[in-house]
Amino acid sequence: MYNKRSKFLTFMVTAGMVFFYVPIILLIIYSFNYSKLVPVWGGWSTRWYDVLFQSEALWNAVSLSLRIAIVNATFATILGTLAGLAMVRFGRFRGRTLFGGMLVAPLVMPEVITGLSLLLLFITLKQLIGWPSERGFTTITIAHITFSLAYVAVIIQARLAGMGQTLEEAALDLGAKPFRVLIDITLPRLAPGMAAGWLLAFTLSLDDLVISRFVTGPGGNTLPILIYSRIKTGLKPDINALATIMILFVAACVAIAALIMFRQHKKTMQDELIANQS
Amino acid sequence: MSQSTANTSHIGSQGLLARLLRKMQSKWRTIVIVIPFIWLLLFFLAPFFIVGKISLAELKIASPPFTEMFDWKDGGFPKIRLVFDNYLYLWEDSLYFRTYLNSLKISIISTFICLLIGYPIAYGIVRSGPITKQLLLFAVILPFWTSFLLRVYAWMGLLADQGTINNLLIWIGLIDEPIRMLYNEFAVYVGIVYTYMPFMILPLYANMEKLDGTLNEAAADLGSKPTNTFFNVTLPLTMPGIIAGSLLVFIPATGEYVIPDLLGGGNVLMIGRLLFNEFSANTDWPLASAVAVVLLILLVLPMTIYQYYQGKATEAEA
Repeated sequence: MYNKRSKFLTFMVTAGMVFFYVPIILLIIYSFNYSKLVPVWGGWSTRWYDVLFQSEALWNAVSLSLRIAIVNATFATILGTLAGLAMVRFGRFRGRTLFGGMLVAPLVMPEVITGLSLLLLFITLKQLIGWPSERGFTTITIAHITFSLAYVAVIIQARLAGMGQTLEEAALDLGAKPFRVLIDITLPRLAPGMAAGWLLAFTLSLDDLVISRFVTGPGGNTLPILIYSRIKTGLKPDINALATIMILFVAACVAIAALIMFRQHKKTMQDELIANQS
Repeated sequence: MSQSTANTSHIGSQGLLARLLRKMQSKWRTIVIVIPFIWLLLFFLAPFFIVGKISLAELKIASPPFTEMFDWKDGGFPKIRLVFDNYLYLWEDSLYFRTYLNSLKISIISTFICLLIGYPIAYGIVRSGPITKQLLLFAVILPFWTSFLLRVYAWMGLLADQGTINNLLIWIGLIDEPIRMLYNEFAVYVGIVYTYMPFMILPLYANMEKLDGTLNEAAADLGSKPTNTFFNVTLPLTMPGIIAGSLLVFIPATGEYVIPDLLGGGNVLMIGRLLFNEFSANTDWPLASAVAVVLLILLVLPMTIYQYYQGKATEAEA
């Protein structure tokens, strides 16, 4: 498309960015507010960060959330990559429609339904086989893997569809076995997509409140569950401080991921150019 | 494993090698498909049948708090107990009916507002220079990665009676008393539009990026006015993006729980919140399950349409 933007479109894009970022920027500014009442400005201060770092309940929740997020991201990346490969590269197979449906549905399924259904599954399983004996880390992780893998599969499918099969076909023509092609060519080329998928699964897990609240048990307070119970009773200055740390952390992670993907993308383009020339 | 099979196959004829290869290939193909398939069957599909089953049970003061569908006491064949009371109750109690309607109303209006704002933003991003385009796209995606809960919380600070917007308006002198903006339907609309906007913009962007600009030029050359070109050329061509984006906003927004709970503060009826309360505050699991089943039935059609478009988009790319 031609690079022309009418005044109206420029205005809408600018207004959209203001709409997106002003609430977040204000949240960050108010985390440095001395006043105990969030909207009343009482001068710059880092006192709420001090309050934050002294809370033991918070550190327990952070540790639980991080452990769940890491295990979830790892399993979701493995399962999501397998699912993406199956959908894009395997043509037709029995149950493909059902499989595709189950891969897309978690993306749009209302969280209350997913949460309730998983909880009822865990309770039924406990009655039948005695597992999971208590709800917490394991049940939350399983629930998170189930919806995260769908997001990973979307990223992998897009990447597989975008990267074409030229290199794979060249390797097969030169006599490489299909399994070797998968290990030596497809997976390394998928690596940036898998890294992006891992990060997305990681942040989705750190972020999830509703599903976690359904499938958690006593003592299983993740970070969002803790934050939620604190803000249910109103605005809290130390939550602003926590929000600032989380937002900046995620922004840094995403920026690094974008940089890695950009460099990888450039390298793959060069590889493809060479493959096409020869 | 592949190495050893390959070595032994050298002994055989070409035909044997090909057969072995095909067999091995189909073996790892099966593994690749079966592992995620079983996971989804067990943890995504099976739970829905359990929800369906429990929605047909009765509330019982016990752990777990519902009656069994199969009654084994008499020996021999189990008696099947199906109780449709929960569904009857949903139908008869006007609270549930009103809540479903209100959820649909709120999510339809929010989807429409998202489309009205998101469409020109996506179009504006597509028409930007290559570097600006990447930066803007990154700026749209970034909020999607930051905590949903905290983005909703940020609006509590903006909309409160003593919040930033009211303070600003009073300071300017536009109003004397704070306008009530938090804990009502207005706040819920703001929250949904704000948090779901990226879901509208990204599919629209992906769709518009592939548009053929020469069609617009051709229309202009043939004397079509810009508004005319927009409604007759651009809009029909971006329909797949509009449908995908709208469904991505509409479906989850209908079952939204956090936004009506935090920004609506109990004054706004939405089905996700009612389901959660039925489940946690009233511990009526059979009724909560029936609420979930009805919500699912309402959303099955839009979900199927979404999947159809998603499948077509993937096929088009491959």
